[in-house]
Amino acid sequence: MGFPELAGDLLSGFVRTLEIVALSFVGALLVGTVVAVCRISPVLPLRAFGWLYVEAFRAVPLLVLLVLCVFGLPWVGLTLSPFASVVLGIALYAGAVVCETLRSGVRGVPLGQVEAARAIGFTFGQSLRHVVLPQAFRAMVQPFGNVFIGVVLGTSLCAAVGAQELTYATKVLDIGGANPLVTFGLAAVLYIVVTLGSGYIFGRIERRVRFQR
Amino acid sequence: MRGVEPVLFDRPGPRGRRRIAVATVVAVLALAALVAVAVRQFAVNGQLDAAKWQPFTQWPILRFLLMGLVYSLLVTLVCALIAMPAGALLALGRLSVRRYVRWPAAVFVELFRSLPTLLLIFVFLLGLPAMGVAVPTFWCLVVPICLTGSATIAEVFRAGVLALEHGQVEAASALGLRYGQTMRLIVLPQVIRPLLPLLLVQLINLLKDSTLGYVVSYAELLYSGKSLAEFVHAPIQTYLVVAVLYMIVNWLITRLAHALERRQGLRPRARVRRVADAVPVAAE
Repeated sequence: MGFPELAGDLLSGFVRTLEIVALSFVGALLVGTVVAVCRISPVLPLRAFGWLYVEAFRAVPLLVLLVLCVFGLPWVGLTLSPFASVVLGIALYAGAVVCETLRSGVRGVPLGQVEAARAIGFTFGQSLRHVVLPQAFRAMVQPFGNVFIGVVLGTSLCAAVGAQELTYATKVLDIGGANPLVTFGLAAVLYIVVTLGSGYIFGRIERRVRFQR
Repeated sequence: MRGVEPVLFDRPGPRGRRRIAVATVVAVLALAALVAVAVRQFAVNGQLDAAKWQPFTQWPILRFLLMGLVYSLLVTLVCALIAMPAGALLALGRLSVRRYVRWPAAVFVELFRSLPTLLLIFVFLLGLPAMGVAVPTFWCLVVPICLTGSATIAEVFRAGVLALEHGQVEAASALGLRYGQTMRLIVLPQVIRPLLPLLLVQLINLLKDSTLGYVVSYAELLYSGKSLAEFVHAPIQTYLVVAVLYMIVNWLITRLAHALERRQGLRPRARVRRVADAVPVAAE
């Protein structure tokens, strides 16, 4: 197999990886926000649900969850494509981490800030919108960057359950007799570009939005 | 009210309490409906049949899974014994004053923090044999986990060292201690204790990585589950049992980490700022 075909296969795997990352990261943000709202709500059953969700999905290994989604769900009448199953699995898994990131971000806002907002007559919604969340989001940029990198590295597990992406492409190429140095080297470079690149971008955003105290 | 963020909520007044009561009823109904749909999905597809669950009441089958768990813990333990000291050394290397120590350590850490463990496993499982080097299954699993694990753990240690008050190091050099002595006698002993909870979280991550035995066909818990699922023709039940086993072990480790954290919270603070404030990498 010539180099162009090999690079082409790896690139299509890479695009697949990026698709999984994008969809599951957005999914995780949605799931995490909903669970975080449940976890801090004054309604006891919702709080219990949020607690149970986070405890369960943080304790289960991602690969076990992916295996359950891909090989388990069809048995209870939910037949999804491998692609949809792994996106679902990663979104559920990372959702728990996103929830905890949001929660500790809000926790990091000093109590005095909220008290000050109340003192000048802000309602709950106003103090949340103008005081708490702007500070919380700034503190969350770096943790969210780490969640994103975790999702990127997590997508490689899709290769273990037969969903096609970058790591899966290297496996197929390698079994097909391609030069392992070239395939694994190229794949490694692609992963490094994404993880270090996104780390750099999140770092830039973090510096840009940081308060000058 | 326990569990509610004090930052966000006042104690509710009469109207608030009424609203919360209504929301509680609605939430209970919604959650019950969710559970009912899930149970119905299982029942309609025959996954609640006694025959599907009965294997998990038999000791030989449970013993098979528990043996898998023992091998999972063995992999985790070996990885921890290699990756934790390696991580500490890498962190010290990254903080070294000598450039020829600092740079290789930094490159190693950044490289292996950016690579997925599974890709490295494929290198050992498929790449090396293609070049004529055969690696035993166990090490195909352990070496990649140690490579990525030690890089992550190095960042935890580095954050811990950076969180230590600088006066400690200055005092040590004022006493005439060399760099190695300062690290060994002054820095590491003070850093280890506050880092213990974070290192336990890393232990959980190593246990999670050990599920990659599924790929290299090493008989840890998830791979045992795969074999069992084929044997008893009950995949979803088997994997659910496997997931619960993982949850129990990880939950126990988390409890231990919390207990350690609380115990340290009671003592007078060491000369360490809160590590969590200085940790650049998420503990996840």
